[in-house]
Amino acid sequence: MNNPLLETSGLRKTFGALVATDGVDFDVREGETHAVIGPNGAGKTTFIKQLSGELRPDAGRVRFAGEDITALPSQKRSRRGLARSFQITSIYREFSALDNVALAVQAHAGHSFRFWKPARQDARLVDPALQVLHSIGLDRRKDTLAAELSHGEQRQLEIAMALATRPRLLLLDEPVAGMGTDESARMVEFLATLKGTKTIVLVEHDMDAVFSLADRISVLVYGRIIATGTPAEIRANAEVRAAYLGEDL
Amino acid sequence: MTARTGILVALLLLLAAVPPVAALLNEPFYLDLLRRVMIFAIAAISLNLILGYGGMVSFGHAAYLGIGAYAVGVLDHHGISNGWLQWGIAVGASALIAAAIGSISVRTSGIYFIMITLAFTQMLYYLGVSLAEYGGDDGLRLKMRSQLSGLIDLNDATAFYYLVFAILVLFLYVTHRLVNSRFGQVLQAVRSNEARTRAIGISPYPYRLAAFVISGAMCGLAGALLANQTSFLTPEFMNWTRSGELMFMVILGGIATTAGPLLGAAALLLMEDLLQGWSVLPKWVHEHWQLYLGVILVLVVLFARRGLAGLLPGKNE
Repeated sequence: MNNPLLETSGLRKTFGALVATDGVDFDVREGETHAVIGPNGAGKTTFIKQLSGELRPDAGRVRFAGEDITALPSQKRSRRGLARSFQITSIYREFSALDNVALAVQAHAGHSFRFWKPARQDARLVDPALQVLHSIGLDRRKDTLAAELSHGEQRQLEIAMALATRPRLLLLDEPVAGMGTDESARMVEFLATLKGTKTIVLVEHDMDAVFSLADRISVLVYGRIIATGTPAEIRANAEVRAAYLGEDL
Repeated sequence: MTARTGILVALLLLLAAVPPVAALLNEPFYLDLLRRVMIFAIAAISLNLILGYGGMVSFGHAAYLGIGAYAVGVLDHHGISNGWLQWGIAVGASALIAAAIGSISVRTSGIYFIMITLAFTQMLYYLGVSLAEYGGDDGLRLKMRSQLSGLIDLNDATAFYYLVFAILVLFLYVTHRLVNSRFGQVLQAVRSNEARTRAIGISPYPYRLAAFVISGAMCGLAGALLANQTSFLTPEFMNWTRSGELMFMVILGGIATTAGPLLGAAALLLMEDLLQGWSVLPKWVHEHWQLYLGVILVLVVLFARRGLAGLLPGKNE
């Protein structure tokens, strides 16, 4: 097997008496889609925040592409190729859809101490941004203010921004959360097109999405990973079934 | 040209027409008043860069008015009247002090940012009060206005007026370029959503600090102009109420708009002047003009939430 692109060992994070992440060993191989599932309150978002750098673990290491990144803040991790989409939509509401994505392109096109030339007329920013919008199906809405996009479109924009940074690894925090059935199906279809070309960590509640996209699944319960395996293995795992108590997997 | 740009250009043409019209009406006072308006508009433009586009609520921007004015006053006091040197130092010293204040304040946000910028400005204010050599709280009268190698004579009211006008137009244009550049996009992105900006790989701090320094330097030049305008300076230039006035001009005119600071400065200063001196108004208005100004301002804020620029046709930026 390939070397893992992302790896955590003994990751631990507490908030007061609550142990949100409890000795997590986790790895993502180059090119795979690795889903993290778990009941509400299992610590999924806390875990992904430690991967993206928004939270520092109390103990343990995070390695990315062979390098220890435990101490790096999120902007430095992003520059190394680790992009994150947020569970709660986090976009520039007063920017147009295109400006949102163009800024993500700009963030990875050298420094921004360029004071004179209009950024919106810079083909080096606008063209790649249009490409990403096109691939995700938002190009018709490029001039619409992000605040005026529908919820589903905002979720798409969220992922377009992460993609525009040309990441080596994509952290997707509940990409289909709050979407209607149609929107959600289209999003899953789009994410499927990324499979193989992008390495993805997918945190998701929607089990249909998880089981259709994931190569491997890790199950997080009370801050611990109780099982990791292929979708078939996870489906058959008795401990996982107990954690989900009667819910269909 | 959009409707908004058209209105801004019309406004500038109007300002350009003031000297001949004032001469025709034999009312040199208007020249003085509108020059003052434009100087404050320049200061408000500089504040709008960080307050409007950067989301940094600086409650200490009068500091740079003071630094700019003292650069002129102190050099003049020691017999150095070279304007290029005075104004160069006004801009340079403002940039340096903005870098020092900014390096601490720009890491914070919200109420902390407001308090830190206010505290530093109060320090400078009391420093001004304590400088007995330079008049303490009585201030300092200029021996002569800044000498610009005979190119422009600031004692010539019209020449001085057009110089201020040119700087105003230049600053409007420079700010317009700045906020639409890559730098400006980052600045507005940080205002809009800081966590997202970090997540796509941008550290906000250096950009915010750079904007803070540019803004301080611009305001320093306004301070140098103001000292020449009044031929006089006092620590009152740095009083916190002055910082509040600048903020009010920006908010009244329309935050994060190109024309806003000019509209705000003009509206505030002209209303002040009208309520104090317009003979048509009854005496009880003259006596309590601040009260009536306050009422007008409250109404504007209530009914024009995007400021005066928000009332203009065209889309809000």
